[in-house]
Amino acid sequence: MVEHCLRYRDDEPVGDPAVTVDAFAVQGNATAVRIEPGDDARALLPALDRIALIEINFPSYGDGRGYSAARILREHGYAGELRAVGDVLIDQLSHMRRCGFDAFAPDKPITPDAADKALATWPEVYQKTVDGRSPIWALRHGR
Amino acid sequence: MYQYDQYDQAMVDARVEEFRGQVARRMAGEITEDQFKPLRLKNGLYLQLHAYMLRVAIPYGTLNGRQMRMLGDIADKYDRGYGHFTTRQNIQYNWIKLEDAPQILADLATVEMHAIQTSGNCIRNISSDHFAGAAADEVVDPRPYAELLRQWSSFHPEFDYLPRKFKIAVIASDTDRAAMRLHDIGIQIVKNDAGEIGARFYVGGGMGRTPMIAPVIREFVPALQMVSYAEACLRVYNRYGRRDNKYKARIKILVHEIGADEYRRQVEEEFAHILTLGLEPPQAEFERIAAFFADPGLESGLADGYDRSDPDFAVWADQNTTPHKQAGYRAVVISLKPAGGIPGDATADQIRLMADLAEVYSLDELRVTHTQNIVLPHVKQSDLYALWQKLDAAGLATANLDLIGDIIACPGLDYCSLANARSIPLAQKISARFAEPERQRALGELKLKISGCINACGHHHAGNIGILGVDRKGTENYQLLLGGSEAADTSLAQIVGPGFSEDGIVDAIETVTNVYLAQRAEGERFLDTYRRLGMAPFKEAIYG
Repeated sequence: MVEHCLRYRDDEPVGDPAVTVDAFAVQGNATAVRIEPGDDARALLPALDRIALIEINFPSYGDGRGYSAARILREHGYAGELRAVGDVLIDQLSHMRRCGFDAFAPDKPITPDAADKALATWPEVYQKTVDGRSPIWALRHGR
Repeated sequence: MYQYDQYDQAMVDARVEEFRGQVARRMAGEITEDQFKPLRLKNGLYLQLHAYMLRVAIPYGTLNGRQMRMLGDIADKYDRGYGHFTTRQNIQYNWIKLEDAPQILADLATVEMHAIQTSGNCIRNISSDHFAGAAADEVVDPRPYAELLRQWSSFHPEFDYLPRKFKIAVIASDTDRAAMRLHDIGIQIVKNDAGEIGARFYVGGGMGRTPMIAPVIREFVPALQMVSYAEACLRVYNRYGRRDNKYKARIKILVHEIGADEYRRQVEEEFAHILTLGLEPPQAEFERIAAFFADPGLESGLADGYDRSDPDFAVWADQNTTPHKQAGYRAVVISLKPAGGIPGDATADQIRLMADLAEVYSLDELRVTHTQNIVLPHVKQSDLYALWQKLDAAGLATANLDLIGDIIACPGLDYCSLANARSIPLAQKISARFAEPERQRALGELKLKISGCINACGHHHAGNIGILGVDRKGTENYQLLLGGSEAADTSLAQIVGPGFSEDGIVDAIETVTNVYLAQRAEGERFLDTYRRLGMAPFKEAIYG
């Protein structure tokens, strides 16, 4: 278990260490995988139902590939924990949540109160993503 | 014009509050400048050479009198009494204090405006045809499509940390007045053989240090799949665009390196997947947006023609007004390029006057052009003379649209920390050299564009005459380019030869125009003559 992890799930955290995408392809019995920015998240699609934790690493906050990786995993039905790790900053939490992350292990700790405030930034959203929120266009037309 | 509902307003208000908090954290030292930078950039706040610069979004370049008046008031209240209209149809203020920035955004929010995503590696403000809704040649008004994309791209959670900035333009006519193919995504709204409206996607254009004209990636995307297709284009870019070198990070490099066919294949694969997710706003939402643009209140049954007995007025009307789709109207371009002036600058008083004139004479609408002028799109021909008199009294009736005095210039080294050379004083010198109106008209259409560095904010690649400022061993030096065009016949300008000093480049431009005058065939514009003759006679005259 990572220190300073913010979790928005009710199940028990996975204790297993995460393996790399390459290692997962060889030893397919691991239940936790770590995606680096250059990895193709689609490589995990055949095995999503037996993975309990996917960490997506952000070595630098400015590298946004992990947002697409997260959405792709959720769009294909991944239901396990999706954890953003690394250079994760408070001002990014709400976008990350919208892309399907439900756990955060930032290099620099973020307090739960500050996180709650950040996640409440946007009263509504313009896009349909994977977080279940109804976009503004749906609210306008009663959908 | 589009009007916010409670949702749009709530989003902009939330952004103001978020930024107020971020500025407070910065002022209190809770976050470093490095941490603050991406946050302020998402709100259009740059740190320039002398002060903060705030770039305010003018979505697809359209605004009303109340909004324009606010832009003037902000110039007075928070800046030095002027603003600078940009090649992205936005306005910039160059002397902003950090502590004022949140209140400026709050003031803007009261008139349904913002500075969201006017900077940073995200989807920028969407630009469009400045004659949209007035042009006789448009298939439909492109702005409802641009507004749909504005909402989709605002606070898009997946595309806020792209490899590099991302610019989208939407037009709906074969005449390109928005440099559409020089954008990351250029969309032309078209009607297919079955009479259905859809979007032709050009992807991978851009200027900067590696100028590229965007290829067609898809000929026809049904209108109700446009957002999904854009999402697919962006996702492929976000995943595979280069991040190892910021100068190779724009989508044009990705499309160029893997090829348009391979990029298209990846986009189509992603598009097929995205279509299964139901992300597209419904027809009813498009119709809701389109209704705002449907009828600005044009009168029917008016006759074409107006009194041209004042010769000065007639010259201006011929040069600076264009045909309107509705009989009895003209679209008026207010030049922000007076002889010897700073291209795109307007004083607070001028901005407020233009707001007043829009309310009285143009159905409460204005447009900002990417050539840094202002358009009153819907002026009755019977009002043209009265309008001209008021513009003339305020120094806003320069009759030089598309002439050599109608210069595009970036802010350059006077303001910008990226620049290698000054653009503004050079633009002023060229403007002064060719100040004589008859001389300008004799030269005819001649688009001159100046960038103070390789980033090409002044669109020098697309200039009939382009000028690029470079740093040569510590002194400002200017390269001359010829033959660019941003119109439907898009072409990239080519460098003529070794660079010049500031005075030298003005002389070289004069030489180039003399070659044109001596060699042009009947009816040829400068660009036509250049294309017929090629570079050689111009080069010979300059260096020979």
